[in-house]
Amino acid sequence: MTDYDVVVVGGGPAGLAAALSARRSGAGRVLVVERDCELGGILNQCVHNGFGLITFHEELTGPEYAARFEDAAQEAGVEFLLDATVLDVAADRSVTFVSARRGVRCVRAGAVVLAMGCRERPAGALALPGFRPAGVYTAGCAQRLANREGLLVGREVVILGSGDIGLIMARRLTLEGAHVACVAELMPYSSGLKRNVVQCLDDFGIPLLLSHTVTRVDGRRRVEAVEVSRVDEAGVPIPGTGQTYPCDTLLLSVGLLPENELSRSAGVALSPVTRGPIVDDSLMTSVPGVFACGNVLHVHDLVDYVSQEAERAGASAAAFAASGGSSAGMRLSVRAEGGVRYTVPQVIDVSRMPERLEVRLRVDGVYEHRVLVAHLGGRCVARRRRDILVPGEMEQIVLRREDLAGASPSDSLVICLEEA
Amino acid sequence: MAEKNAQILTCIRCPRGCQVSVAVDGDGQVLSVSGNLCARGDAYARAEVTNPVRTVTTTVPVKGGGAARVSVKTAREVPKGAVMDVMRALAGVTACAPVEIGDVVVPDIAGTGVDLVATSRA
Amino acid sequence: MDEAFDYDVALVGAGVSGCSIAYELACCDLRVVVLDREDDVCCGTSRANSAIVHAGFDAATGSLMARLNVEGSRLMGPLCEELGVDYQRIGSLVVCTDAAARGGLDELLRRGRQNGVESLRVVEREELRELEPNVSDAAVAALWAPTAAIVNPFQLTVALAETAAVNGVEFRFNAPVSDVARLGSGWRVTTDSGSLSARVVVNAAGVHADELHNLVCRPDERLEITPRRGQYYVLDTTAGAHVRHTVFALPTRLGKGVLVTPTTGGNLLVGPTAEDIGDKEGTDTTSDGLAEVARKASMTVRDVPLGERIRTFSGLRAHQPGHDFVIGEVAGAAGFIDCAAIESPGLSAAPAIGRMVAGLVAERLGVAPTRALARRPEPIVDVTRLSREDWDALIARRAEYGHVVCRCRTVTEGQIVDAIHRPIPARSVDAVKRRVEAGMGRCQGGFCTPLVMALLARELGVDEARLTKDGPGSELVTGRVREFEGGAGR
Repeated sequence: MTDYDVVVVGGGPAGLAAALSARRSGAGRVLVVERDCELGGILNQCVHNGFGLITFHEELTGPEYAARFEDAAQEAGVEFLLDATVLDVAADRSVTFVSARRGVRCVRAGAVVLAMGCRERPAGALALPGFRPAGVYTAGCAQRLANREGLLVGREVVILGSGDIGLIMARRLTLEGAHVACVAELMPYSSGLKRNVVQCLDDFGIPLLLSHTVTRVDGRRRVEAVEVSRVDEAGVPIPGTGQTYPCDTLLLSVGLLPENELSRSAGVALSPVTRGPIVDDSLMTSVPGVFACGNVLHVHDLVDYVSQEAERAGASAAAFAASGGSSAGMRLSVRAEGGVRYTVPQVIDVSRMPERLEVRLRVDGVYEHRVLVAHLGGRCVARRRRDILVPGEMEQIVLRREDLAGASPSDSLVICLEEA
Repeated sequence: MAEKNAQILTCIRCPRGCQVSVAVDGDGQVLSVSGNLCARGDAYARAEVTNPVRTVTTTVPVKGGGAARVSVKTAREVPKGAVMDVMRALAGVTACAPVEIGDVVVPDIAGTGVDLVATSRA
Repeated sequence: MDEAFDYDVALVGAGVSGCSIAYELACCDLRVVVLDREDDVCCGTSRANSAIVHAGFDAATGSLMARLNVEGSRLMGPLCEELGVDYQRIGSLVVCTDAAARGGLDELLRRGRQNGVESLRVVEREELRELEPNVSDAAVAALWAPTAAIVNPFQLTVALAETAAVNGVEFRFNAPVSDVARLGSGWRVTTDSGSLSARVVVNAAGVHADELHNLVCRPDERLEITPRRGQYYVLDTTAGAHVRHTVFALPTRLGKGVLVTPTTGGNLLVGPTAEDIGDKEGTDTTSDGLAEVARKASMTVRDVPLGERIRTFSGLRAHQPGHDFVIGEVAGAAGFIDCAAIESPGLSAAPAIGRMVAGLVAERLGVAPTRALARRPEPIVDVTRLSREDWDALIARRAEYGHVVCRCRTVTEGQIVDAIHRPIPARSVDAVKRRVEAGMGRCQGGFCTPLVMALLARELGVDEARLTKDGPGSELVTGRVREFEGGAGR
């Protein structure tokens, strides 16, 4: 006997869309467990606009986007447990959580959807030389302090990393009265969206220093200055190129890491590339009945894509809960090669896959005039021309079931880039 | 006929970020727009070379609600040159709960003719 | 007692040595004040070290270091048990990777036995691999010291201080001592926040101990302490089980190695370098230093997953040329007692140092430890150590223990609020971290810093905008949003 058909871990954009989709796909009791006191996750602090163009065909702010899904999920009869932290997801799909109101409790689920999101790579992970004073923040932490608490982390700011949150925060802090001296990016290209470079940096005359990194943090108690140096092609700082920026704050936007500690303890196999679960076309992990979506699966650049992915995970979870899991058919593994860093899913069940399957992927560098190609046993089953591909922007290629129908178990599906 | 002048812009209307080329004559009249993949890009480019506009988003303190602050935006775009005026006009502004998404927090913010509206509940 | 003095004892320095002395003095009927330049206990060398309890084979036989290390190592387990401090006797291995240098192990074994270290033994390749599966393929043998241990130095220092505090010892923070001068039969101690008089001064001022010593010593007996910097990597708990023991390298022709050890919090610690620097505040890391640690880690342990790092840090050892602890009354300065040059194995020796120095103080003042410690503060609950049933029962009584604030370390609001209201209260984000480990996990406070700030502000009744990371000067934020051009942010 189960307590819920589907339990969703996390009430951010992925969790909300998954829960809504599970209900709409026929799951009877769907529970979302959220650690914060409100739903919406990180969207609540993303007060800027630019969300929802794909999903709602209009530009929304983060809180507005979250509210639409929250309202729809409420209306669809999804149950919510707020202020509750999941402690453990077991392979038998029992979920243990703790909350001030409920204590330590365990619920059994027909299927579980992992939607814990991601965390920011901290300063310590970069091994930044120098001191460890106050005033070094990840961009998201500074965003929360500014947008939720009304606190300004600093007045003179250097930003390391051109991830979207870093770019967004360059604008936010400028609007709130700080001066952003520069954004330094290790790579020779921005890791954020082009439009964010334009509207967050160019609009305010904030320089973007490509192929640069921070080589020293000074200030024993509070940041007093940072040294920014040019790097060579291998990303190694070039001695003698250091320039000192007096400042009181260093913001970091140097990457997001899926939060898979619960997945790991559940025995879910993780990909060393995405750092998220290895999933099949239904977004089921290696543990039967445990699904994953959103940034816990792989880091997305657009919330609209998170919602789409979560919708699939929620529907799959509802189906699994109803049937107890269908017997697996022929499973093809998907290999990322030749410029493609990873794909999601990594496994396709050919007998069960949808008519059209969107495979999401990222490339490992900047490429111009290429074709994204899917090969099955030497046969090309999909191609997509791309004028430009960059690691910061997620790509996709669509596979059709009829094209994979003839696959044999020894085949593998290779997705790669080829010259146009 | 006045001299032609071409400008390359990155469209900010969607995540695609099209590189749009705008040809403008000496009187500032747009002659042609190319490189955009949709109508939004055309509109953006025309506005950007004549009267650039931006949406301003931020948060203001809220009294009597569960949260300390409520997020807000300009209901429409305001002239790019008025963005900091909007921010300055917000100093000292406090909303009062209950606040619904879309509620006007400050009408005609900074004389732009645009209302500042809530984007979250409080 | 002589009422003409404000205190019987002024103890300078609230590191692990100072707090251990304070803990022992709390058993005597004395008026004791502990002064520290920082905002909290455990802010100097005690906060940034290898967090290990050495067995005691390293120091020269007959040295104070050797005697106090072995004695401290014996006392540490029971003391931690008493105080509720994390301590695990995991043992250490000194790994030899050069057959030609193997004799070094025998020498350490001999010295260790002379120093009184128990259960020491050299293990050969096969047994070594069984003991430590990830030991380097180049390892030929190792000295195994089963009595070596790991300890949580933050908890230890705080627990010693808090026990002293509830038994009458006074603590004053943000009080750097600028002068010590003779006053009758005692001393006048001047700090940035006022002066006081005491019959005895104990100098446990870490890297600054030479400055105090040199104020009162004879011209030919000056002390010189060189800060010896050690840089480290901390790896995530995902790497914490990479080794089972504290793994040292037997020094080879290529130099001294670094250690690789689990911590009581389940992380992996790799380091340190040993660089003599001029700056007593020079706790910065350098790219060269960190690169050296990364290179040396692989000498004894294979595939150290440095990619799992979550923090780098550096600490300073208080090194003096004679390379021994300097403990005792300064000649010609009756009532001024040094506890100086406490470099490694200072943490290991701390319980013994506390006893020895407290003994010297008691002797000078003609008192004896007369009373048992009347009160012991209850340790802060660690919800991760509770059974699900016990945790549930706790939440039923105190709901705030059900609200997880630090997701990486599973630290609840109840624990943080407790830390803020302890006998030595946590008043900064780092002080909370030292006591309950909120912010010490893989996200390094990225998520919980704003939450901890809100709790500090609420519990202390202060404005969030004034909170610090670690005391005055380390303000976390510069103010509120939109405070430009005279506009009020609130």
